[in-house]
Amino acid sequence: MPDPKPALDSLPLKAHAAGLNFHYGDFHALKNIEMPIHDKRVTALIGPSGCGKSTFLRCFNRMHDLYPGNRYEGEIRLQPDNVNLLDRAVDPIEVRMRLSMVFQKPNPFPKTLFENVAYGLRVRGIKRRAVLEEKVEEALRGAALWNEVKDRLHEQAFNLSGGQQQRLCIARALATEPELLLFDEPTSALDPIATASIEELIAELKEKVTILIVTHNMQQAARVSDFTAYMYLGELIEFGWTDDIFIKPKNPQTEAYITGRFG
Amino acid sequence: MALQSAAEIRALIARHKRRDVIFGLFGILCLAIGLLTFATLFVDMLIDGYARLTPEFFTNFPSRRAGQAGILSAWVGTVMVMFVTAAVAVPLGVASGIYLEEYASKNWVTDVIEINISNLAGVPSIVYGLLALGLFVYQFGLGQSVATAGLTLALLILPVVIVATREAIRAIPAAIREAAYALGATRWQVVQGHILPYSMGGIMTGVIIGMARAIGETAPIITIGALTFIAFLPPSPVGAEFPFVSFEWLTSPFTVMPIQIFNWTSRPDPAFQANAAAAGFILVFMTLAMNGLAIWLRYRIRRNIKW
Repeated sequence: MPDPKPALDSLPLKAHAAGLNFHYGDFHALKNIEMPIHDKRVTALIGPSGCGKSTFLRCFNRMHDLYPGNRYEGEIRLQPDNVNLLDRAVDPIEVRMRLSMVFQKPNPFPKTLFENVAYGLRVRGIKRRAVLEEKVEEALRGAALWNEVKDRLHEQAFNLSGGQQQRLCIARALATEPELLLFDEPTSALDPIATASIEELIAELKEKVTILIVTHNMQQAARVSDFTAYMYLGELIEFGWTDDIFIKPKNPQTEAYITGRFG
Repeated sequence: MALQSAAEIRALIARHKRRDVIFGLFGILCLAIGLLTFATLFVDMLIDGYARLTPEFFTNFPSRRAGQAGILSAWVGTVMVMFVTAAVAVPLGVASGIYLEEYASKNWVTDVIEINISNLAGVPSIVYGLLALGLFVYQFGLGQSVATAGLTLALLILPVVIVATREAIRAIPAAIREAAYALGATRWQVVQGHILPYSMGGIMTGVIIGMARAIGETAPIITIGALTFIAFLPPSPVGAEFPFVSFEWLTSPFTVMPIQIFNWTSRPDPAFQANAAAAGFILVFMTLAMNGLAIWLRYRIRRNIKW
């Protein structure tokens, strides 16, 4: 980025985490996290295994509510309505309807391509065939998959290659027009070519949607993200513009991780 | 400097491989004992009863004359009782299994329930018969009817259906479940749109295997007082006149295949032994057919599901 970067606090926010603590039973997994998610930007979470980056990501759509013994404190405020996603009074289902998630391994439903992409719409009670068809096409185009699969929408999803399956999962996540798209190491199960196509897609998607991505691959964070957060042992060590983090990190711990001396 | 010379290693491998062969032979022997015993019984029954396997055997009522006796009331009774069993055990068992896996919080109460369900699967069937005699026959006043027998056998296979349902649900990867929840689905939407369709193969298999067990059960049916000699059929469930369906058959006395077989084997006249063998062959065939159906259904339903 040759041009001077705008000041961080002048950028519009999509979400903001503050005083976020998370416990798995007795294990204190996230410690007092404070971090902005800028609107229509890609924010990457990096850090060694077990640092809490996936745990943090899964707070956003309240996935932890599915399992007993988990506890949140603090807030993640989603803009524009400033609702605290972690508030007990906020229904996790409402949160999941506003946000979408793409998982580590491609996890299409054992249904047809069409039904996979349409599922989020069906959950919302949309039944009209014409509407479903239009949204499914739009989502598949958005996920750069339409041209490859337009003639086989009624085939089973598992007939696709791994990379195509992951793009199908992205289409499924896009179909419901999410405000924030969460990616949990989306390329860790894919080969380099499929990975490159997913990364290209992320670069296109940020025109329309805010993206938060967990990755164990530092080069990926450097390639796709505008902002990077480095986490270690449940704490947010450093957050900033991606090129700042990678070129001149302020914190010696971040530098040690980035330069491969640790992790 | 190697630990052992090449010749020593070869001798060692040869010795180890001999043990391979010994266990292989032992395994074949064990398998053969089981298979041959079953095959012998099956073929013996077929030889004894072959002459009786005529169309009339299926359309005749039992008779004092062995040559004219048939299994009409027995097979019709079996079909009706099995129908009641399935109609009761499947919804109860599947719903319980789904509740335990998807809805119930995991605590000591669900642990106790889980242990008890596994134990119930092992309770001797005569105990269910005693329970049914007290509860269905006398307490509920259902008498010695098709409904009583169906309910009794439903109780008997309920644990099997619950366990099969839970196993089938547990085989669904967490990632698939999470994907559905992440799209904003409620628990019931996940159950209806994902859990049930993906576990259907396993559930059906469990149900049919349970039914195959129930079809041959004799002890609980005798305990509730099924008749051994019935020369009429329960009233037809469908009729030509309004309202076209009738539930009178539920309260009708009945007999079933295993009881008919039991009745014939206890007679001194060897001609009846041939009838018993023929009926036994048909009963085993029904069981095998049900198990075959279970395998086919599982194959059909799982063909579209790969994790």
